[in-house]
Amino acid sequence: MTTLFLIFISAAFVNNFVLVRFLGLCPFMGVSTQYKSALGMSFATAFVLTMSSIASYLVNEYLLVPLGLEYLKTLSFILVIAVTVQITEMILHKSSPLLYQVLGLFLPLITTNCAVLGVALLNVQQQNSLIESAFFGFGAAVGFGVVLVLFSAIRERLEMADVPASFRGLPIALMTAGLMSLAFMGFSGMAQ
Amino acid sequence: MIAWINQWALALVSMVALSGLFGLLIIWVSKKFKVEGNPIVEQVNAILPQTQCGQCNYPGCKPYAEAIVSGEAPINQCPPGGQEGIKKLAELLDLEVLELNPENGAEEADQVVEIVEPDCIGCTKCIQVCPVDAIVGAAKQMHTVILDECTGCDLCIPACPVDCIIKIPAPITTQVRRNDKPALLTTIQEAQSW
Repeated sequence: MTTLFLIFISAAFVNNFVLVRFLGLCPFMGVSTQYKSALGMSFATAFVLTMSSIASYLVNEYLLVPLGLEYLKTLSFILVIAVTVQITEMILHKSSPLLYQVLGLFLPLITTNCAVLGVALLNVQQQNSLIESAFFGFGAAVGFGVVLVLFSAIRERLEMADVPASFRGLPIALMTAGLMSLAFMGFSGMAQ
Repeated sequence: MIAWINQWALALVSMVALSGLFGLLIIWVSKKFKVEGNPIVEQVNAILPQTQCGQCNYPGCKPYAEAIVSGEAPINQCPPGGQEGIKKLAELLDLEVLELNPENGAEEADQVVEIVEPDCIGCTKCIQVCPVDAIVGAAKQMHTVILDECTGCDLCIPACPVDCIIKIPAPITTQVRRNDKPALLTTIQEAQSW
């Protein structure tokens, strides 16, 4: 239990995927202009990350390792992620139209989120078990979501702020992200 | 050498099998979880006259249908559909029959537009605004209206800089007028469901 909790905290805060590992920067910059869409993106990512880390664990454990094909893991994980996202979208569309309206737009975007692939590959590297993989994925998603929502709130305020002309828009956003990254360095060393 | 080829073949076969399996899975899921569009919107859209005229303040009939279903718009904003259309909508949605909102325009007899061809300067402005692509022509060439396609939405009339587009009563043809198409479609669908 303690191990799972540590994995979760480590993935969410100490080794935050966006601010410490610098993965998934594309949606971090792209979907953070509005608080509302950032929230939607966070939930969608949480769902997909957990699902895809389980699915990619299964593929790795029961197909790639027995056949000695570990060198194909990047390729097959991309496939697994794309399929997971697609199936999630279809099932969601049918079973929960309301949730689909909130998440629907973001789901296809997640396919190309490198944090998702990163989680799958790191799971293999750290030799996590199925449960550990799921927790690692979920922790990564929570970390991503928290940072994304915080950042979007800051960016909404930045819209109003009097920023020097040459820093307006993306440059000031990147600087803010850098400062946030510095703040997250405060977690380093708390867990592996 | 043989071992190397074996390994290579194994990798190829397993990847193809994996993608094939996933493909089948997606096909199965997409069949199992097929989503039909909002059926009520489709039904409302079938009653609307499909003139795409925008007199209801929505960009077309489908958006207006969506607005009606979501409760955003009242049912009395469609002059081409007229009182008859409002009655049908009220019946379908179990609402009260309203009078046509005069702000959206008045109900008129079925009509189409025609280009007074000697006056046409070939500016293509009417082609660009036509929502149903019923005007043919090219720059600096005389334009003309395909009467069978024209819905009588009048959107081209204000766009014409030389006022050469006039309204004429809809000709009686053996073909089904576009305004009647939804009704015809319903008939066809009913016939098919037998």
